[in-house]
Amino acid sequence: MLAESLAISAVLFTIGVVGVLIRRNAIIIFMCVELMLNAVNLSFVAFSRYYGAEGQVFVLLVMTVAAAEAAVGLAIIISIFRHRQTVNLQNINLLKG
Amino acid sequence: MMLLQVASQAHPLSGTVAEWVWLLPVLPLLGFVINGGLALLGLRANGDARPAAGRHTYAGIVSVVGPLVLVLSFALAVAIFGAMRGAHMEAPFIRNYFDWMPVGDLQIGAALQLDQLAMVMVLVITGIGMLIHIFSVGYMRDDPGYPRYFAYLNLFVFFMLVLVLGANYPVLFVGWEGVGLCSYLLIGFWFSDKVNADAGKKAFIVNRIGDFGFLIAMFLLFAHVGVLDFRGVEAAAPSLAFGGWLVTAICLFMFLGCAGKSAQIPLYVWLPDAMAGPTPVSALIHAATMVTAGVYLVARSAFLFSMAPVAGLVVALIGGLTAIFAATIGLKQWDIKKVLAYSTVSQLGYMFIGVGVGAYTAGIFHLVTHAFFKGLLFLGAGSVIYAMHAAYHHTHRHEDAQDMRNMGGMRRFMPLTWVLMWIATLAIAGIPPFSGFFSKDEVLAAAFTRAGQSTLADAYLFGVPGGTVLYLVYVLGLASALLTAIYMTRMMLYTFHGSNRTGEGEQQHLREAPWVMTGPLVALGVGSAFAGWLNLPAILPLGPRHTLDHWLEPVVGAPTALTAQATAGGGEHSAGMEITLILIAILVAVGGIVYAFARLKPERLVPKADSPEDEGFGLVLANKYYVDEVYDAAFVTPTYQLSRIFLWKGVDTGLIDGLMVNGTSALARGLGWVGSRLQTGATGTYAWVLVAGVLAVLGAVTLR
Amino acid sequence: MMQEQFPLFYTFHFYFFGVVAIASALAFVTRKSPVVAALWLVNTLFALSALYVLLDAQFIAAMQVLVYAGAIMVVFLFVVMLLNLGHPSEIADARGKWPVFVASLVGIVLLAQIMAISRSRVPGTMRLPKGLAAGDMEKYGAVGAVARPLFNEYLLAFELTSILLLVAIAGAVVLGRRRSADAR
Repeated sequence: MLAESLAISAVLFTIGVVGVLIRRNAIIIFMCVELMLNAVNLSFVAFSRYYGAEGQVFVLLVMTVAAAEAAVGLAIIISIFRHRQTVNLQNINLLKG
Repeated sequence: MMLLQVASQAHPLSGTVAEWVWLLPVLPLLGFVINGGLALLGLRANGDARPAAGRHTYAGIVSVVGPLVLVLSFALAVAIFGAMRGAHMEAPFIRNYFDWMPVGDLQIGAALQLDQLAMVMVLVITGIGMLIHIFSVGYMRDDPGYPRYFAYLNLFVFFMLVLVLGANYPVLFVGWEGVGLCSYLLIGFWFSDKVNADAGKKAFIVNRIGDFGFLIAMFLLFAHVGVLDFRGVEAAAPSLAFGGWLVTAICLFMFLGCAGKSAQIPLYVWLPDAMAGPTPVSALIHAATMVTAGVYLVARSAFLFSMAPVAGLVVALIGGLTAIFAATIGLKQWDIKKVLAYSTVSQLGYMFIGVGVGAYTAGIFHLVTHAFFKGLLFLGAGSVIYAMHAAYHHTHRHEDAQDMRNMGGMRRFMPLTWVLMWIATLAIAGIPPFSGFFSKDEVLAAAFTRAGQSTLADAYLFGVPGGTVLYLVYVLGLASALLTAIYMTRMMLYTFHGSNRTGEGEQQHLREAPWVMTGPLVALGVGSAFAGWLNLPAILPLGPRHTLDHWLEPVVGAPTALTAQATAGGGEHSAGMEITLILIAILVAVGGIVYAFARLKPERLVPKADSPEDEGFGLVLANKYYVDEVYDAAFVTPTYQLSRIFLWKGVDTGLIDGLMVNGTSALARGLGWVGSRLQTGATGTYAWVLVAGVLAVLGAVTLR
Repeated sequence: MMQEQFPLFYTFHFYFFGVVAIASALAFVTRKSPVVAALWLVNTLFALSALYVLLDAQFIAAMQVLVYAGAIMVVFLFVVMLLNLGHPSEIADARGKWPVFVASLVGIVLLAQIMAISRSRVPGTMRLPKGLAAGDMEKYGAVGAVARPLFNEYLLAFELTSILLLVAIAGAVVLGRRRSADAR
C-alpha cells in the first residue's frame, strides 16, 4: 500500500499548494499549510510501516511544530486583524520593501 | 659561456690590476651610500624635509668622502690604463659578475667590458670628474644640501662608469637611464624654485623620447640578431645586409636615443634649460661626460653604423645642422651659462659629424678635448658666478649673477681665471696649438675626405648623393667654427674686458676664488692646452703622431676602414690637401676672433636692467628661434589638451569615474531597485515565486 | 496484520478513506466560508487518521485526532469565529479565473514531479531491514515502538520541541495580548 499512500500524499500536498496560491484569506492559507504538513505526515507513516518506527517519531515532531506554528501564526493573524480589520492578504503588504 | 671564460682566461689582462675593474664604479657608489646616508641623517637632525639654511652639519666628512672616492677611482683607472698599455690586447677584457636576465633565448649578464674605447671614457670621466668634485667642494660647501649634492654627483659617476663599462646594451642602458636620473636630480637640485624643477622635468621627458628610440633599437637587435652583448653583435654585424633596412633602422633608432641624451636636433631643447643646476653639474654632466654618451654609443656601435651609410649620413647631417643652429643662438645669449650651453650643443654636433662620417677616432678625440676645455669654461664661469654671487651677497642686491651685462672687466679681479678661460676659448675656437684645433680639424678633415671617397659618398639621402651631403656638412662645420670663434670671443670680451658694470659697492668684493676651485681650473687649463698631443696629425714634424688612432685601432679600426673604403694607407688624403684644410680652419678661427674684437665694444654695454631689447634677426636669435614656443604649441599644449580634455575629462572622469566606478554603483543600485520591486509585500506573490522555485528545483531533480 | 487477515476489507477501506481525504481536501480549498472550509479540513484529518490506523500506526492516529482535529483545528475555528470572518466581504476571497487556472496547471506539474520522484529508488543507506517495524510492534506494542526511538536516538530533538513549544506559547501570548494603547 506504499505506492497508494504516497499517491494520496502527493495529491493532498498539491491541493495544499494550489490552495495557498488561489486563496486570499490568511486563515485558510494557514490551513492549507496544515494540509501540506499532513500530506507529508502520511508519507512518513507509510514509509514507517516498511522501514521502521522512526517515521512515526518524525510525525510526532511535525505535529508539535504544527501546533507551535498554529499558536504563533494565529496570534499574528489576530494582531494583524486588530490593525487592519481584515485578514485578506491582498490588502496586507507590510513586507513591501 | 664556457668559450667566453676560456677566452678571458687567456686574456693578457687576466690576473692584472684590471681584475679590479668592478671597483671603478663601486667606489663612487660607496660614496653615494655614505653621502646619501649623511644627507638623510642631516634631515633627521633638522627634523624637516626642507634643508636648514647655512652650512651642513656633516660638510666636513662629505668634503673628504665625495672627492676621495673619485681620486681613488681615478688612481685605479690610471693603474688599469698602465696595465693595458703594456698588454697589447686585441680583444676586450670581459668579466661577467652574475646572470642578470636569463630568460629563454635572452641571456644577459651583469658584465663589464674593458677595452681601449671604454678606457678613454673611464679616464675622462674619473679624471675630469675628480677635478670637478674638488671644485665642487669650494663651490657648494655653504649650500644646505651639500651632502645630497655629493651623493647625487657620486651616483652620477657610478652610472656613467656603468654606461661606458657595460659589456652589453642592457647594462649600458642601465647606466644610460641612471645618468639621466642623476641629471634630473641635479638640474632640479634647488627644487624649491619651480623653474629649476621644471627644467629637470623637461630634461627627463625629452630624454624619454630618445630612450624610446634606443629601446626600439635594442628590440630590433634582439629580434633579428638574437644577442645584445657587444661582442656578439659585432660578430653578427657583417652578416646583416649592408645598407639594408634593418641595420639602417637599428642605427637610426639608436641615434634617436643619442639625439636625446646628447642634445641634438630636434631633442636639444633640454640642455640649455639644464643650466638651472649648479655650475659644476653643468660642467660634469652637461658638458664633459653625460651628454657625450650618445657619441660614445655611436662609436661603441661602430660595427653597426659602418654597415648603414644612410644612417651615417643622417647622423653627420644632424650633427652639422645642430652645430650651426646652436652656434647662431649662442651669438645672442646674455646668460654666461646659456652661451656655454649652446656652445656645448654645437660642439656635440661636431662630435656627431665625426662619428657620423665614420671617423670614430676623430669624434672621440673631440669628445676628450671638449671635455677639457668645456669643463674648464664651465668651471671658470662658475668661478665668475661664484665671485659675482658673493659680491651681491655682501651688498644685499638681487641682480642676475649670471648675466654678462652685469659683469665686465673681470680680468682685474680674477686674473688667473681670465688667463685660463682664454686658453679654453682659443682651444674651442680652434687656434693652434691648443687642443680644440687638432680635434676640430680632424673632424672637418674627415668630413671633407669622406665626401670624396667613402661608402657614405656612394649612398643617397632622400635622392641627394652622399658626397654632396657631406660637403654641405663640411661647410656647416666650417661656418660653425667661425661662429664659435665669434661667440666665444664675445663672451670673453663682455665678461672679462672693458669696464666693470657690476656696481660701485660690489667691485671691492669681487675676487679670485679659493685654491680648491682654482686648482682644478689650472689642471683643466693644462689639459685644454695640451690634449691635442693625444692625436697629432701626420704632417707635423715633431712629437708622437696618431696616438689615439693607434690606441683605438682594435675597437673602431675595422669599421673606420670599411666606411673609408681604405685599403692599407689608401684613401688618406694628400699632405697638400691636409695643409690646405688646416689653413682654412685656422683662417676661419682667427677671422672670427678678429671680427669679434673689431665689432663688439664691451665699453658700450650697460647693465642688464638698463639694456634695450634686441631687434630683427637678433631678437629671433635671442629667443632661440622660438623653438621652445613652437614645441610648446606643437607638442606640449596639445599633450596638455589631450590629457585634460580626453584623458582627464574623457577617460578618467567620464569612462573610469563615470562609467566604471559610478556605473558599477548605479548598476548595483539599479539591480537593487529591480529586486525591491520584486518585494511587493504581497504574500501571494511570494507564494507564487516560492512555488516556481520548488517547481524548478524538483524539475532539475526529476530531469537529472 | 489486518491486510493479511482481511485483504478485501483492508483494500476497500484504504481506498475509501483515501478518496474521502482527497475529496474533503478539494472541498476544503474550494469553499468560500472559512468555517465550512475548516470543517472540511477536519474531515480530511479524520480520514487521514483512519489511513494511519490502516498503516499500523495506531498511536499516530490517536495523536492525529487529539492534536490535529481536536486541538489545532479547534483553535483555528475559534480564531475564525473570534474575528467574525463570516462577513460577506471577507468570504469572497478566491482569486480570479486566471490565477486559478495557472494554479491548477502548477498543481498538475507539481504532482507529476512528485510522482516521478516517488518512483525513484530509495538509497540503500536510508533503508532499514524489512519487517523491523512489525517486529517492534510485536515486541513493545504500538506506543512502545514509537517511544523507544523517540526517547533514545531522538531525545535531543524531543527536548528541543519542548523548548519550541515554550517559545511558541510565549510568542502567542505576547502577540495576542492587547496593547495598553489599544485598550484605551
